[in-house]
Amino acid sequence: MNNKELLNLIDITVSFEGFLALNKLNLNLRKGELRAVIGPNGAGKTTFLDVITGKVKPTKGEVIFKGKSLIGRKEHKIARLGVGRKFQSPRIFENLTVKENLEISVTTPKSPLNLIKKSIKDEQLNEIERLMKIVNLAQKVDSKAGSLSHGQKQWLEIAMLVGQKPDLMLVDEPVAGLTDEETDLTADLLKSLSGENTVVVIDHDMEFIRRLDSNVSVLNQGTVLCEGTMETIQRDKKVIDVYLGRPED
Amino acid sequence: MPLSKIKFDKKIVLSFWIILIALIIAAPTLLPVFRLNLLGRYLSLSIVALGVDLIWGYTGLLSLGQGIFFALGGYCAAMYLQITSSSEFPNNIPEFFALYGVEKLPFFWEPFRSPVFTFLAIWIIPALVAGLIGFLVFRNRIKGVYFSILTQASLLVFFNFFNGQQKLINGTNGLKTDVTQLFGQMVGSESMQRIFFWITAILVISAWFFAKWVVKGRFGNILIGIRDDEPRVRFTGYNPVIFKTIIFSIAGGLAGISGALYTVQSGIVSPQFMTVPFSIEMVIWVAVGGRGTLLGAILGAVFINYAKSLVSEALPASWMFIQGGLFILVVTALPEGVLGWIQGDGPRNLLQRFGLKRKIETYPSLEVENKEGDNE
Repeated sequence: MNNKELLNLIDITVSFEGFLALNKLNLNLRKGELRAVIGPNGAGKTTFLDVITGKVKPTKGEVIFKGKSLIGRKEHKIARLGVGRKFQSPRIFENLTVKENLEISVTTPKSPLNLIKKSIKDEQLNEIERLMKIVNLAQKVDSKAGSLSHGQKQWLEIAMLVGQKPDLMLVDEPVAGLTDEETDLTADLLKSLSGENTVVVIDHDMEFIRRLDSNVSVLNQGTVLCEGTMETIQRDKKVIDVYLGRPED
Repeated sequence: MPLSKIKFDKKIVLSFWIILIALIIAAPTLLPVFRLNLLGRYLSLSIVALGVDLIWGYTGLLSLGQGIFFALGGYCAAMYLQITSSSEFPNNIPEFFALYGVEKLPFFWEPFRSPVFTFLAIWIIPALVAGLIGFLVFRNRIKGVYFSILTQASLLVFFNFFNGQQKLINGTNGLKTDVTQLFGQMVGSESMQRIFFWITAILVISAWFFAKWVVKGRFGNILIGIRDDEPRVRFTGYNPVIFKTIIFSIAGGLAGISGALYTVQSGIVSPQFMTVPFSIEMVIWVAVGGRGTLLGAILGAVFINYAKSLVSEALPASWMFIQGGLFILVVTALPEGVLGWIQGDGPRNLLQRFGLKRKIETYPSLEVENKEGDNE
C-alpha cells in the first residue's frame, strides 16, 4: 500500500438478507483529496459511509484506514482514529446551545473522567471561536441549536465535523435544503478544507459537485461504475445510461 | 423572559437558604412526631427521585427497576442495625434466625458488624449492582422500551429472590429496624427520628448539589446528547456505554442512600420495596415534578407522597385514581412536568389565554441591545 493513501475499500460487499447494498466495491483515497461520490437512489451511497464509520459490518471485504483495518471496530473507536461524519439531515444536539455542540466536538480526550474533572482547555475555546466565525454563527453562541434555521444547522454540523479534527471527513448531502448562495459557500468551504483534510462528499446536486471541481466516483447498484473528473464521467456512456439520463429522455 | 433565565439576586438566594435551613432546624418542634416522620420519609424518597431524573430526565433511560437499588440500600442499613442489636438473642444473632432454626450467621452478614463497612455498602453495593446490570444491558445496545421492560423484569427477579430467602434475610417479613439500637438509643425513638430527619434533610440538599454538579458542563451535555441522539454521540467519538453505565450507577447509589434513610424512618425493610408499582411511582414523581429539572424531582416526590397520605386519610382507597389521573394530566397537558411548565412560561401563557395578563409587547430577543445582526 502506498503511504500516501489514506483509505482503501477492498471488495466490499454488504448483503441485507440477500439484497446486495454494496457489491464488490473498491475505492481508494489519497491524503488531502477531495472526492465527490454520486449515484442514483439506492446505489449504496449511504451504506458506503455506514461501512467506513462502523455502523454496518460488511459481509465481505476489507476497509483499511491509515494502514489499519476498520472492520469490527466500534463506531466511537473509528471516530477517534480520525473518521468524522456529517449526516444527511442535520444531526446536531437541538437542546444544547451552539457553543455546547461545538464543545462536544472539539473536546479531547473524549473520556467521562476528562469531562467531569477538567474544564475545557483555552485552545479548544479558541478553536470554537474560530469555527463559529467560519460558519457565521458567532452571533448565535448561546442560542439553542434547535432554534437555528435549516442552513445554519447544516453549517453547525459541518463546524462540529471540522472541530473533531478528523483525517477523513465524510459529508453526506451537505447542501440538501440550502439556498443557492449557501450551496456555493458550502462548496467553497469544503474545497478549502481539502488539502489539509481528506474529504468525501456525497450528493445529488450536479451543480454543487461541479463547483467542487474534484474527482468524482459514480456508484451504481453497489459498485463503482466510473471514476474521474466531471468531464470524464459526463462523457462516459455507462454513466449517462444509469444516471445522467440521455438527452432525448 | 422565562423564569429559568432570571438571575436571582444574591440576597434573595441567601435569604431563601436561611429560611429553608431555619425551617429544617425548626421542623421537629413545628410538626407533630407523626407528621415529622412522614416528612422525613418523603424527603428520603426525593433522593431516589433525583436519581430517576438523572437517568430518565437527562439521559433518556426509563428505568422501572429503581426499587432494586432502593431496597439494597435499605437491607444494608437494616442488617447492620439488626446484627449490632442481637447480643441478647440466642447465638448472638438476630432474633428471626431462631424461627427458621438457623444457628450460624450467614457469611454475608459478617461485614455488616462494621459501621464503616455499612456506611459505604449502603451506596456502593447498589451502585455496583446498577453498574453491572447497566453495563451488560447498554453494551448490548438495549434501549427504549426494551430497557424499561428489562429493568422491570430484573426488579421481579430480585423481588422473588428476596421473598424466598427466609433463612438468609427473613424473606417476606423483612428486617425490622425500629426496635434496634444505635449508639445506645432505640432507632424508633423520638429523639433518634429527629436526628434522622435532619440527616435526611442534609443529604437531600447534598444529593441535589451533587446531581447539579453531575449535569452541569460537558458531562451533562453528553448525557443530553445520548438522550436526544445516541448514534450522533457515538460518531463524535464518545462511548455512550460508559456514560450510561456511570449515570445508571450514580442513580443506583442515590437509590441506596434513599432506601437506607427510608428504612430507618419507617422501621422496616422488606421485599415490598421491590414491588412493581412502587418503582413506577418513582417515575411518576419525576414526571409530575418535571423531568430534567432536578428540583422538580425533589418537589414531586415530597408533594405527591404528602398528598397521598393526606388523601388516604380523608378518602381511603381513592388515592390510586387520583395518582393515575395526575399522571395522565401531566402526560397530556404538562409534558414537561409542573416545574418545567413554570420555567417554560406556562403560567403567563395560561393567564394570557384567559385575558388576565397582557401579551408581551416585544419579542424577547429584541430586548437584547448591542447585538445587531442577532435578529434576522
